Amino acid sequence: MAIVRSKRQSRTAGWARYSALVVAALLFLVPFYLVVRSAFMREQDLSSPDFHWLPPTWNTANLTDLFANPAIPMARALLNSGLIAVTQTVGVLVVSGLAGYGLARIPYRRSNAVFYAITATLLIPAAVTFVPSFVLVSTLGWISTLRGLIIPGLFQALATFLFRQFFLGFPKEIEEAAFIDGLSYWGSFWRIVVPNSMGFVAAIGTITFIGSWNAFLWPLVIGRDQESWTVQIALSTFLTAQSVQVSQLFMAALVAILPLLLMFLFLQRWIVEGVERTGIAGD
Amino acid sequence: MPTPADASGTASTRPPHLPLGRRLRGYQNRNVWFWLFVGPFVLGLVVFVYVPIAWSVYLSFFDSYNTVTPTQFVGVGNYLDMLRDPAFRSSLLTFVLFALFIVPTTFALSLGAALLVARTRFMQAFFRSVFFLPTACSYVVAALVWKMSIFSGIRSGLANAVLGWFGVDSIPWLSLADPPWYWLVIVTARLWLQIGFYMILFLAGIQRISPTLYEAAAIDGAEGWKVFRHITLPQLRATSTAVLLLLLVNAFQAFDEFYNILSTFGTYPPYARPPLVYLYYTALGSGQDFGHGSAGAVILTLIIAIVAVVQGRLLRIGERDA
Repeated sequence: MAIVRSKRQSRTAGWARYSALVVAALLFLVPFYLVVRSAFMREQDLSSPDFHWLPPTWNTANLTDLFANPAIPMARALLNSGLIAVTQTVGVLVVSGLAGYGLARIPYRRSNAVFYAITATLLIPAAVTFVPSFVLVSTLGWISTLRGLIIPGLFQALATFLFRQFFLGFPKEIEEAAFIDGLSYWGSFWRIVVPNSMGFVAAIGTITFIGSWNAFLWPLVIGRDQESWTVQIALSTFLTAQSVQVSQLFMAALVAILPLLLMFLFLQRWIVEGVERTGIAGD
Repeated sequence: MPTPADASGTASTRPPHLPLGRRLRGYQNRNVWFWLFVGPFVLGLVVFVYVPIAWSVYLSFFDSYNTVTPTQFVGVGNYLDMLRDPAFRSSLLTFVLFALFIVPTTFALSLGAALLVARTRFMQAFFRSVFFLPTACSYVVAALVWKMSIFSGIRSGLANAVLGWFGVDSIPWLSLADPPWYWLVIVTARLWLQIGFYMILFLAGIQRISPTLYEAAAIDGAEGWKVFRHITLPQLRATSTAVLLLLLVNAFQAFDEFYNILSTFGTYPPYARPPLVYLYYTALGSGQDFGHGSAGAVILTLIIAIVAVVQGRLLRIGERDA
């Protein structure tokens, strides 16, 4: 962005801007700092009336205690969350990628009608329909199963919509060359289109993964038994329980956000792109 | 995904044994190809979105306590009950109050953050990442930090500790219905989680604005607020529309932070119940009242769909005038 401004003005404005940014950045980091600090504090230090900036003694036993705590099946919850997030991400990419490509590229008489039937559901947020979805899943007998947690989340109209928009802009010439070489739609999709769309796939994939890992309402409704709890449900149950070991609770929170923090560290570029893509879709 | 790509690619180019296979070899039979690609998604959408909604509409006309195959037809009785129910109406009011605060505040703060970050050269990536980082956190984690650490009622909670440095007494943030301090806890948690996300959208919008517009403004002697008012803001109209709509829809779906911050020992207070929290306790609480729950879901779905369409229309009409 090129903004032309006089020198004296930009210097004061620059200082004001940096002060505002630094203060805001510190405020934004406070919750992370509190999670790490509290995760390594002893229970008696946390409940003492004095505020401690750093743990008086670093207590790493919270980590082992957490995984030994029979009330909170943390290891199982991590496994469930991982399984659900990975299968949902792969599933959404495959199902919506195929559908988006078909809608964008395969001329079919009723293609528009199908497209409208899909985008109409975009007006209805999934969370609002949790009661009907619960009724269906309970009828199928999928309560407290991984199936019930994963499968209803595989059909994301937004992802299909985005893939369609993206493939509409994919250079047609490349595919035409593939057709001349004797590839079918299927072959050209997997061999030509997908390998050349990995950036977009990564953007949608990371966003889907984050949404799936952090999902709360659906796992709360479906994951009734302890064995089917996700990390978020385990945390929430722990948080609203009768007697809480607060330091252990924060250790659990740290364990729950660590995978995504690592993702942000290494894949931020794709996550940002995913946010931009999904946000623009509301336009 | 190289593995499935290779596997499926070879599968379809293998010499066909069936007439269907022969038809699929070329790209001539487009109807079959279309449904091969789009079919799985449409099937899933029908089973997991359309059928539940239709079923729900059906259930909403019946008495269905603890059952999904009801026999007692009650017509629009459930709808009338819901609309008469003060708890349901107060949940809608809770949403309106919540949205009135959270939508403009998030909008202004994320736009402000985007403007600050966009004009910054030094450490721009760092600041952007810091504001964006909360997107990695779930509402449950934020609720946990807000409830047990920042706004815990005891003196060692951060908010009360800070008040203590200024000699102010500790405030029981969450245990009182009046004064409603819990609102402060809930909205600040959501602000922290959402600002970075919308900041990214605004940043993308700002980067699409042509620099020549700013150069022209500078030549005309426009500065600061005027540039923002007459160039940046109008140029961000499409982004602003998208952000407002997303904010409103997200506020309507608020559940996670309310549930996790306000419910203690497995019970939720009777106040501060936004629509989804109300629906959750009606349909899936001890009662399993699917008739009323479905009627409520249908009403909420209609409201949100109408709001989305109307807001889209309004802002698009404004766009044409501009």
